[in-house]
Amino acid sequence: MFDVHAMRRQFPILAREVHGRPLVYLDNAATTQKPRAVIDAERHYYEFQNANIHRGVHALSQEATDAFEGARDKVRNFLKAPQREEIIFTRGATEAINLVAHSWGRANLKSGDEILISEMEHHANIVPWQLLCEATGAVLKVIPIDERGALVPGAFESLLGPRTRLVGITQVSNALGTVNPVADIIRKSHAAGALVLVDGAQAVAHLPVDVKALDCDFYVFSGHKLYGPTGIGVLYGKREHLEKMPPYQGGGDMIAQVTFKKTTYNELPYKFEAGTPHIAGAVGLGAAIDFVQSVGLETIAAHEDALLVQATRLASGFEGLQVIGTAPGKASILSFVMKGVHPHDIGTILDSEGVAIRTGHHCAMPVMDHYHLPATARASFALYNTPDEVDALFRALRRVEELFLK
Amino acid sequence: MSDLRDLYQEVIFDHNRHPRNFGPFPEANRHADGFNPLCGDRLTLHLRVEGGVIREARFEGAGCAISTASASLMTEALKGKTEAEAAVLFEGFHHMVMGEPVTVDLGKLSVLAGVSEFPARVKCASLAWHTLNAALKNESNPVSTE
Ligand SMILES: Cc1ncc(COP(=O)(O)O)c(C=O)c1O
Repeated sequence: MFDVHAMRRQFPILAREVHGRPLVYLDNAATTQKPRAVIDAERHYYEFQNANIHRGVHALSQEATDAFEGARDKVRNFLKAPQREEIIFTRGATEAINLVAHSWGRANLKSGDEILISEMEHHANIVPWQLLCEATGAVLKVIPIDERGALVPGAFESLLGPRTRLVGITQVSNALGTVNPVADIIRKSHAAGALVLVDGAQAVAHLPVDVKALDCDFYVFSGHKLYGPTGIGVLYGKREHLEKMPPYQGGGDMIAQVTFKKTTYNELPYKFEAGTPHIAGAVGLGAAIDFVQSVGLETIAAHEDALLVQATRLASGFEGLQVIGTAPGKASILSFVMKGVHPHDIGTILDSEGVAIRTGHHCAMPVMDHYHLPATARASFALYNTPDEVDALFRALRRVEELFLK
Repeated sequence: MSDLRDLYQEVIFDHNRHPRNFGPFPEANRHADGFNPLCGDRLTLHLRVEGGVIREARFEGAGCAISTASASLMTEALKGKTEAEAAVLFEGFHHMVMGEPVTVDLGKLSVLAGVSEFPARVKCASLAWHTLNAALKNESNPVSTE
């Protein structure tokens, strides 16, 4: 039986107050809080094992290398990736997408080729492709979304064509909460000869992921949205692609041999990990994965779904409040606007009540344009949120109403 | 945090609900667009400047209560001011929202003093003023608060 109060005690920050009120942290889609286990793992690494990796002969260097490579094994297992060489550490989802766009993209695209993304992508899964298109003459095509915030049925199939080289799609939308049918998209893309990159930044903390079963070509996520540290993220890529891709950055660690005449590159995964990586971050991410697996993603998803159902019900009974993103499949995110009150004002008033939400365009300006909104307010739930906190959110929204509309 | 009421004064609610000098202004001879990428607020400022004096100021756009009220109050304050006087008000307003000592008389604009206690909202209050600066310089690119 999942005990949310016991869970909360594992997150030191949740005990603090904000403006004299208990913190109600509902900005989890931006970043999650960190459990004691993750904080301790990083601390332990720095207090007992810190050294540079892959090059020292001394004991600490070996221990640090083992800790770092151990984290890679945890990620491999977490994503169900066939091989550890397919797991590349990056700074986050953003860098992982840039790596693919830069390395795979520049080596493989030519003028007139097409990249297909969706209207609900985060800027991180738009701009790197725009840069690539500018550099290569390839064309960016966009799968539109409907009023519910789901992909327009049939639109993907009609945009997918013989010139489509890669489909970049988010598994869960950060602005709307929509869960996309990525398995179906991957199957159809492959049938059309296109590769698929799945942006898992918003998915990994809420749904079990199996990259082998999905058969995606690339999968990216950030540690900090999975109860892990900032500054560490992951690119999973099928070995057959990674082997053929040129390096993304040059430097130490990614080389086999350097002379001024010719440099040969290291094998996977090191070919893509130039320079000293965020070792402590990887160790922390490993601890975060252990933590999430010890709770179980099915348990986490069930808990969060109940919170989302409660919040959606309270929202539907709140006059003047409109939920943005009503797709049939959603995870953990309630985006909304209130008649007569700008989201930014909602955010300030909620903050004064100790309730932390996100307001703005959520790095998804095309989604805002789609709804003709400058911004939305967004509450997003994590495994440590409680039904009482959902009630606190709506109490605080009543306060907004009192101040603004009475 | 200071009291929300320090930020959201009645005058601010009033100007948010009923912005003054709001709408298009074909007779204007200076324009500028302002954008706050943080919250998506956009505003367009239109001025009619004759002989160095701001005869008329109007604005359009959508923003939060703080940025709307600030723009509305600003257009009221600008009418009849010389460009030099407007620059002095800009300075004074800037000092006020940054919580620095203010030496000029800001009149009604001082209802926005509470903003200085809410660092995340300073840009909302300043958007109209940065746009004014651009309009007076007649810069053609939209100004951004970032
Ligand atoms: C769907 C999605 N993709 C990508 C990103 C980028 O993640 P990061 O900033 O950690 O690289 C985010 C973060 O908000 C996101 O929500």
